Amino acid sequence: MIRLYLNGEGREFAPNTTVANLLEALQTSPERVAVELNLRILDKQEYARTVLKEGDRLEIISFVGGGS
Amino acid sequence: MKDDFLTIGGIQLKSRLIVGTGKYKDFEQTRTAIEASGAEMVTVAVRRVNIIDRDKENLLDYIDPKKYKILPNTAGCYTADEAVRTARLARAAGITNLVKLEVIGDQKTLFPDTAGLIEAAKILVKEGFVVLPYTNDDPIVAKRLEDVGCACVMPLAAPIGSGLGIRNPYNIQIIRETIKVPVIVDAGVGTASDAAIAMEMGCDGVLMNTGIAGAQDPIAMAEAMKYAVRAGRLAYKAGRIPKKLYANASSPVEGMIE
Repeated sequence: MIRLYLNGEGREFAPNTTVANLLEALQTSPERVAVELNLRILDKQEYARTVLKEGDRLEIISFVGGGS
Repeated sequence: MKDDFLTIGGIQLKSRLIVGTGKYKDFEQTRTAIEASGAEMVTVAVRRVNIIDRDKENLLDYIDPKKYKILPNTAGCYTADEAVRTARLARAAGITNLVKLEVIGDQKTLFPDTAGLIEAAKILVKEGFVVLPYTNDDPIVAKRLEDVGCACVMPLAAPIGSGLGIRNPYNIQIIRETIKVPVIVDAGVGTASDAAIAMEMGCDGVLMNTGIAGAQDPIAMAEAMKYAVRAGRLAYKAGRIPKKLYANASSPVEGMIE
């Protein structure tokens, strides 16, 4: 297992997990989110081919209610 | 008033009211209020997805990006760096390159850090964002924001969520006179007359959230704001009568019985 940090939370995942696999595991639609991997924003086309490594830090964001 | 569009960064809007999506009871109320407001542009916040407790419902299931222009905001950012990072993430979500840019200076007042705001605006404009900056009612800062290429300027009427209405109408008037891009009054609107006053002054639009969402009946207030913005705009275009100290009868003085 490898340890990933998702929005600051440490979680265990199988080796060779891609960003696309991760979003699927989180039941999160790729169309509705943006992903930053180790401070680099990923294009959506990169999700399927980006394999995550031990210690990777990801920020996964989406839109929520808010005004100012 | 046919074809009286508000154009921001090439986007034409029939409604001059832009609304936020925060502070509603639930997504259903958010949707109903936004529909009642007639707004076509809707601002949303950018936040971390909840990893632990996945909420299956998403705001965009209720506010359809095909129907509304989604305007992500950088609310809660206190530095130019944070705001730029948040804007880039928002764009990477793949819906829009619009950003309501906020760099907040202080937690108590939520007034903008205008130095950070101009710095962030400069970077984002260069990167191809359509930048709508939330700013102070400061004509000089408004001019700087226009100069760096912002698509409009959005001076506050009063502090965010305060409902105080336009605190400094003279500054807003100076901004309106000196700025060529649209001027949108953003924040501090409490009730319909506040929105109407902004529009009567010649502002191009009004952005609000708490004024609607915080009302006892948000749906009714959303409708009130729709009419207020339209009425204010119509009155501005119609050209009001000058204010005079003494009366001026509106019935003829000729033909009175003797």
